[in-house]
Amino acid sequence: MTFPDFSRLSATALAAKVDGGNVSPLDSINASLARAREAGAGRESLNLILWSNEQLARRDAASLAEGMNRAGKGGRLAGIPIAVKDNLATLGLPTTCASKILAGYVSPYEATAVARLREEGAIVVAKTNMDEFAMGSSTENSAYGPARNPIDLRRVPGGSSGGSAGAVAAGIVPLALGSETGGSVRQPAAFCGVVGVKPTYGRVSRFGLVAFASSLDQIGPIARNVDDAALALEIISGVDPNDSTCSSRKVDTYRDEFLPLATSAEPLDGMTIGVPEEYFPEMLDPGIRALCERSIDLLKSLGAKVVDVKMPNTALAIPVYYIIAPAEASSNLARFDGVRYGARAETAALRDMYAETRSKGFGDEVTRRILLGTYVLSAGYYDAYYRKAQSVRGLITRDFRDAFGRGIDALFTPTTPTTAFAIGALTDPYEMYMSDIFTVTANLAGVPAMSLPIGRVGGLPVGGQIIASHFCESTMFRVAYALEAALGGEAHQ
Amino acid sequence: MAVTQADVIHVAELARLALPAERLDHLVSELNGILAHMDVLEKTDTSAIDSNVSVPVDSTPLRSDSSGPLPMLTSRESFAPSIRDGFFIVPRLATHEDAAADTAP
Repeated sequence: MTFPDFSRLSATALAAKVDGGNVSPLDSINASLARAREAGAGRESLNLILWSNEQLARRDAASLAEGMNRAGKGGRLAGIPIAVKDNLATLGLPTTCASKILAGYVSPYEATAVARLREEGAIVVAKTNMDEFAMGSSTENSAYGPARNPIDLRRVPGGSSGGSAGAVAAGIVPLALGSETGGSVRQPAAFCGVVGVKPTYGRVSRFGLVAFASSLDQIGPIARNVDDAALALEIISGVDPNDSTCSSRKVDTYRDEFLPLATSAEPLDGMTIGVPEEYFPEMLDPGIRALCERSIDLLKSLGAKVVDVKMPNTALAIPVYYIIAPAEASSNLARFDGVRYGARAETAALRDMYAETRSKGFGDEVTRRILLGTYVLSAGYYDAYYRKAQSVRGLITRDFRDAFGRGIDALFTPTTPTTAFAIGALTDPYEMYMSDIFTVTANLAGVPAMSLPIGRVGGLPVGGQIIASHFCESTMFRVAYALEAALGGEAHQ
Repeated sequence: MAVTQADVIHVAELARLALPAERLDHLVSELNGILAHMDVLEKTDTSAIDSNVSVPVDSTPLRSDSSGPLPMLTSRESFAPSIRDGFFIVPRLATHEDAAADTAP
C-alpha cells in the first residue's frame, strides 16, 4: 500500500501515523521506494541514489513492526525512511564515498549517527550520491556521474551532500544525513529548497564518517522543515566513546522549547541578531539580497533587535580553507592505498601498487586536492602556507567570538551567493570553491549554522543562513523556528 | 609562489600518485591558479594569533586508558576475502628489493 500524501509528510507526522498504527512501517518504506522510482532517483535520471536494497529495507520494516508489536510503541522516528550520504558507514549497503577506490566496500560497522537514528525506528532506504570523498560543491565530482537538482534537472543540487538534499527535496525521504567540511550540508540544502544543519564541531559523533578534513568535518541532518531537522539533531548528538573528539556536553532539547513559541506574537523578543556586511557583497545575486532583506524585516517584526556587525576576515576564509582542508585530506586519504580497502592495481612492486591504485582510484578533484595538500605541508612551504593559514583561521574565529561576545545571539546571512548553477557551468576549480564563501567560515570557527528556505528567485530556491555561538544550537533553532513560521508558504515561492 | 613541473612530480611521489606526463602541464597550471589566490594570506597580520590554538572546541574529554570491544557488527569472516586461524589472508606483495626471489605461497 502507498499513500498519496507521503511526499509532503514531515518525519514527525509520518512517525506519528506509524506509531499510532495508521500506517505500517512497511507501507512507509514501500511509499518511499515507489516515490524514488517515480522521481527517477537512480542513475538513469536524477542520479541522487547510488545504493539501495529494497529487500533489506522491507526486512528492516518487518523487524521494526514486530518490535513495535512487542513494545506497544515505536521510537521517535518509527518507520521513517532515511537516506544516508555515501561517506557514512552503513551495514548491508556499500560505503564508497562515490569513489572508484572504494568500489564494493561494505563496512563491518555502522556510523553512530546512523545507528542512533535506527534506534529511534528509522530505516535506511538509500545511500546517496556525493562529490567524491565530499570534495566539491555540486555533486558533479562523483565517480558515478553528476546528480541533478529535482527542482530543475539542468542544474546541480549543490554539494557535496547533493544526493541527500535532492532526495529530501524530491519527496523520497523526509530526512537524510549529510556531512559538512566547508558547507556541504547547507549549500545543497539551499540549492534544493530544504533545511540543512551543521552542528558545532564536537556536537555529533563522527564515528563511521570517512574522514576528509578532521578539524572541520561534521555530520548534519537535512529535512523539509526545521522541526524535523531539530528532532534529528537531538537524536544524533551527544557523547560517543568511539569518537574522542565528541563533546560530553548535555544535548539541549530544541523542539519542546521553541516549536510552541514559534507562532507566538514576538518569539524573538529580547534577541539580538547581527547582519554582517561582508556577507552581502556587490556580487551577491540581487534576488537573493532582496529575499534576505525580507527575512531581516520579518526577524525585526518577530521581536528581534537587528544590528550591523563587522566580520573583517571573511574574505580570507576560502584561501584558508583550501589550504587546511586539502592538507588534512592528503593525510586522511593516505590510507587508501590498495592494501586495506577497495580496488587494488596489480603490479610487481609495492610502491608501484600504491601509486597505480591511487591514481586509478581517485578522480581529478581528489587528486588535485591531495597534490595541493601535500605541497602545502611539504618542507619549505609548511610555514608559508599551512602555519599561516592556521593563524588566519584564528582571526576568522576571533571575528565570531567578538560578535557573540558583544551580545549578539545569532547572525543572519545568505547561505550562497547564487542559486543552483547549471551542470558543467563552473569549470575553474577556484570559481567552484567560491560557491562556499558564506558557509566555510562556520566550519573554520567550529560554530553551528543552518540553512532554511527563504524564497525563490527565477523558480530556484534560496537559503537563509543562521549562525550561532559554540554549542548554542538552541539559539539557532529558536530563530529558525520563528522565521520559518513567519515566512509560511512564501519560503517556497 | 609558483609550482613547477618538478615540484608537482616531487609532490606526486610523496603522495604516492602516478601522474601521466600528459597531465603535468595542466596540473601545474591549475595548482598555480589556485595558489595565486592564497598569496593574500602572506600580507595578513597574524602577529596576535597563536597558530596552535585555532580550533575552538571543548578540550578532548578524558577517558579511561583501556580498550573496549571492537565496534564491528559483522564477523570478520563475513567481509574478509579470506581468513585462516584468525588472520586475514591477503595477496602476497612482492618487495621492491627482491620481487622475484620471494614468491612462495
